[in-house]
Amino acid sequence: MAFSNEQLERYSRHMILKEVGVKGQKRLLESKVLIIGAGGLGAPAALYLAAAGVGVIGIADADDVDLSNLQRQVIHTTPDVGKAKVRSAEESMKAINPEITVHTYRTYVLANNIGQLIAEYDFIIDGTDNFPAKFLINDACVLGKKPFSHAGIIRFQGQLMTYLPGQGPCYRCVFSSPPPPDAVPTCRQAGVIGAMGGVIGSLQAMEAVKYIIGQGELLCGSLLTYDALNMEFRKIKLPRRDSCAVCGSQPTIIAPFDYEQAACEVKG
Amino acid sequence: MDDYQIDETVDITDVVCPVTFVKAKVALEELSEGQILAIRLNDGEPVQNVPRSMKEEGHKVLKLIDNTDSTYTLIVRKAGE
Repeated sequence: MAFSNEQLERYSRHMILKEVGVKGQKRLLESKVLIIGAGGLGAPAALYLAAAGVGVIGIADADDVDLSNLQRQVIHTTPDVGKAKVRSAEESMKAINPEITVHTYRTYVLANNIGQLIAEYDFIIDGTDNFPAKFLINDACVLGKKPFSHAGIIRFQGQLMTYLPGQGPCYRCVFSSPPPPDAVPTCRQAGVIGAMGGVIGSLQAMEAVKYIIGQGELLCGSLLTYDALNMEFRKIKLPRRDSCAVCGSQPTIIAPFDYEQAACEVKG
Repeated sequence: MDDYQIDETVDITDVVCPVTFVKAKVALEELSEGQILAIRLNDGEPVQNVPRSMKEEGHKVLKLIDNTDSTYTLIVRKAGE
């Protein structure tokens, strides 16, 4: 592909970098990333990936924009309240970069549709806010051999890790199963500081970009935790677990399945 | 006599810094190691910055020719990856 002068200008700060250059920018333009959840994590991730020129961005979310989302979900604006989140996110991404293609999936991501959803993408970003979804994404990505970025945020804390097929631990190696429903409060109950999504979601976008351009070390084999109040980042090395139910040597999970959602999470 | 033969030329007088360097980089990308690119660039910032950036990337600057129309032609030999 040939770059237009306008493209050269748009992506100049990338292309000047030795690690990105012409090849890296081409890879970004040809890449496909799926973001599951257009919320606190998905918002910054989607904006940065759109700005970076990721050629195809898929975004999945079943919800509509709520006024209480706007404190952290910077991809949506006040006039978007009531609009489908995926529509609002698509508009913001296209406004930043009209060159990219956005695929919207206004649906809950469940065992019966996740395999098909992730199949056409190179990298998956887990921007969900609940354990059933996180385990589902992990299992589907392990089984589908897709790299993905896991993240979670609550109160003043955040964490993330990157899974690479055939390498490093998966989310289930670290946390073998979800906590019982209602044992752990959700953001809705516990609260979350708005900028936390910005920090952790941007790190997810960074991992996706590094994966696409093939530069640097990914957060594979470690969990990064961020404690904002103490201003502490910790990188905890984690081994792959041979007895892991999905990526271990004798897996018992051979297809994605749904865990029960905490009762308060299911909207009427 | 010049001891090089130009394989490709690119005109970067239609863009401004830092896109000048990026456009030259894109043109170089299309060449193989050892091939020669002639870059037409404007006086001022481009002529100050582009040759230096090319050297920083490891390419060999062979010559800078003053075209006496406030443009220059920079002759660069592409380095390996």
